[in-house]
Amino acid sequence: MFVRNVLTVLIIGVTPVTAAFASGGGPAIPSQEWSFSGAFGTYDKAAMQRGYKIYREVCSSCHAMKRVYFRNLEALGYNETQIKNIAAEYTVINEEPNDEGEMFERSALPSDAFVSPFANDNAAKYANGGALPPDLSLITKARANGSNYVWALLTGYEETPPHGEELSEGQYWNTYFSGHKLSMAPPLMEELVSYEDGTPETVDQYARDIAQFLTWAADPHMEERKSTGFKVIIFLMMFAGVMLSVKRKIWKDVH
Amino acid sequence: MGHGPRDGFDNPIIEWVDSRLPIFTMMQKEYGVFPTPRNFNWFWNFGAIAMFMLMTMIITGIVLAMHYTADTKLAFDSVERITRDVNGGWLLRNLHTNGASFFFIAVYIHMFRGIYYGSYKGPRELLWILGVVIFLLMMATAFIGYVLPWGQMSLWGATVITNLFSAIPFIGEEYIMPLLLGGFSIDNATLTRFFALHYLLPFVIFAVVFLHIWALHVTGSNNPLGIEPKGVQDTLPFHPYYTMKDFFGMIIFMIIYAWFVFFAPDAMGHPDNYIPANPMVTPPHIVPEWYFLPFYAILRAITFNFNLFMLAGLGLLAVFMVEFIWRYKPKYLSNGQGILLVVVGSALAVFGLLADFNQTWGIPLTASTQVPISAKFGGVLAMFGSIGLLVVLPWLDSHPIRSARFRPLFRVAVLTFTLSVFVLGYAGSQPSDKVYWSTCLGDAHVCEAIEHGGSAHVESGAEPTVLKIDNTMVAQLFTALYFSFFLIILPLLSRFEKGRELPTSIHEAVLAKKQKAGA
Repeated sequence: MFVRNVLTVLIIGVTPVTAAFASGGGPAIPSQEWSFSGAFGTYDKAAMQRGYKIYREVCSSCHAMKRVYFRNLEALGYNETQIKNIAAEYTVINEEPNDEGEMFERSALPSDAFVSPFANDNAAKYANGGALPPDLSLITKARANGSNYVWALLTGYEETPPHGEELSEGQYWNTYFSGHKLSMAPPLMEELVSYEDGTPETVDQYARDIAQFLTWAADPHMEERKSTGFKVIIFLMMFAGVMLSVKRKIWKDVH
Repeated sequence: MGHGPRDGFDNPIIEWVDSRLPIFTMMQKEYGVFPTPRNFNWFWNFGAIAMFMLMTMIITGIVLAMHYTADTKLAFDSVERITRDVNGGWLLRNLHTNGASFFFIAVYIHMFRGIYYGSYKGPRELLWILGVVIFLLMMATAFIGYVLPWGQMSLWGATVITNLFSAIPFIGEEYIMPLLLGGFSIDNATLTRFFALHYLLPFVIFAVVFLHIWALHVTGSNNPLGIEPKGVQDTLPFHPYYTMKDFFGMIIFMIIYAWFVFFAPDAMGHPDNYIPANPMVTPPHIVPEWYFLPFYAILRAITFNFNLFMLAGLGLLAVFMVEFIWRYKPKYLSNGQGILLVVVGSALAVFGLLADFNQTWGIPLTASTQVPISAKFGGVLAMFGSIGLLVVLPWLDSHPIRSARFRPLFRVAVLTFTLSVFVLGYAGSQPSDKVYWSTCLGDAHVCEAIEHGGSAHVESGAEPTVLKIDNTMVAQLFTALYFSFFLIILPLLSRFEKGRELPTSIHEAVLAKKQKAGA
């Protein structure tokens, strides 16, 4: 009877999960190997640093990441001085006016959010032919199968659309984009960004590193979440063992 | 509660309090020595588990509310800030969002237990109805709670669901919608009132849970055999037997809950809700949370209007059911008149349905402007009706035997009903026009043309028939099963099912089982 209960719970739990994936529509996204996948997975700091480098040099010219702060870069393995230096490369408008009541610009601090490329959505659309480049802070959570999706999208461009399909000005054919007609030009090419650690400078590797960085950006507490989870579940299992023997002892004379 | 003679306590402080307010006597009576049937199986754990989930939701919810901002410009950011920057905020939020799902899992199993073992039958009807009230309040609370993060699914799910109320004739569009939304569309006024209600309703649930447990302690618990305990040999004191058993079951449930919280926190959510709400962009598929999917499927299954012919036909069939099945012996009508009711009623209902599908026939009173219940309003009625039927369940099933163990036909019916709820849940998650199976009858060339380029190339005169089963048809079939379980099968079984012989007492049944296991 008990096994049946557990099965019931599992079936109820798993059905919507599979349903959610099934209802996504569009082409199937190939699964990649990630350092962070699985219950024991952790982020790869070197890959995140490379991904952040690509974001800074390529993606950030159109895409904002306004939910990530410079101080968060500590998780990528940078120290305080490095973070201060990175932040100082940007200027922001101070939130409060100065003593004379004038708004003023200053260089960014670790407590500032990543600086957005455009002042607002309208400016972003105007500069991008009417298409709004989405903020990337949450992108791997905001797309089904997010980390794989980011990799697939960045490597899924086709030079020419399939026979019978027409692209209008400023559109590019992408195998994995829903509707296939993507307004983002292929952003990556070989040797576009130089790596100092000898990692191959290929589109595939770039896409992997960006996906790693963006997965961290969307889920910065993943490692803490998983390690806490193990402690909680091990504790609960031991507690369950204790309670089972208590229950058996109490019920011994009844059964 | 707690009135009547007291035994007194040895501890002077407890005795001082108890002689003035007999709270310790009450706890001792209701949770200490409370006589509980000795033969509970593990299904009886889920009441305590649901209570645990309610407390988890209230506690995590209160702390989340300390950090949440109910403003359309800030709500999404404030939720993100909770998960990123508030100490332990990621844990609180994961506990709360997954907690809603696990609260529903516990309650659905608890409800299944109630139906399977006939716990809703006299004298526990009010206990059951209070449970349905809790379920309705939970649905309302969960629905408005899902709006608070102000993501795309929050906004668009709320748009679809609140729009339903506009289908209510006369008052829906003009009064209920503005009252619900605080304006003409979902906006800041909606979010602030939803937040206020989302904070209020859990305490209303708590109050109804108190009544639910009070009613339980008046009638005592049902049990897997569905026969009342006859004396002390049939029962055990609640503590320590069931406190410890419930505690163990609760921890097992918590392990599964924790697995989702820590290792798959977004598995039951929708990715679109990580996109900030945008009234200018509609998501391609709007789906509610998984625990609403069966009811969402029922809502979408009603794609036809209810015209006067159908209502008259259904009315005649209802008269037959009440007079000949529910009342056992017809009071007003003869058998011949009964047969006439079924024949005329079915004919009218089928004719009305065909007339609705074939508007070209031009049958009077069937045009969409002349129907009393439009498809949209029909869907709303069906959805609320599917829950409303639970309220009257104790009177739809009047069979004297409670437990499905001794009613083989009822057992099959309940399991089929449960299966159809699962199928409805699946149908609710899929787009309406999804085709599961189709075949083309007729000329092979024409069929091929249809397959490749729609019906544009089809010459007149050679039009083939395409047979298909799409998601709407699946939802309609299983909606029909859902309703016929309550309205046809239960009354029929109440009257005609013989059932097996009941054991004379719980005690003897337990002994017999033990002997069988020992032999």
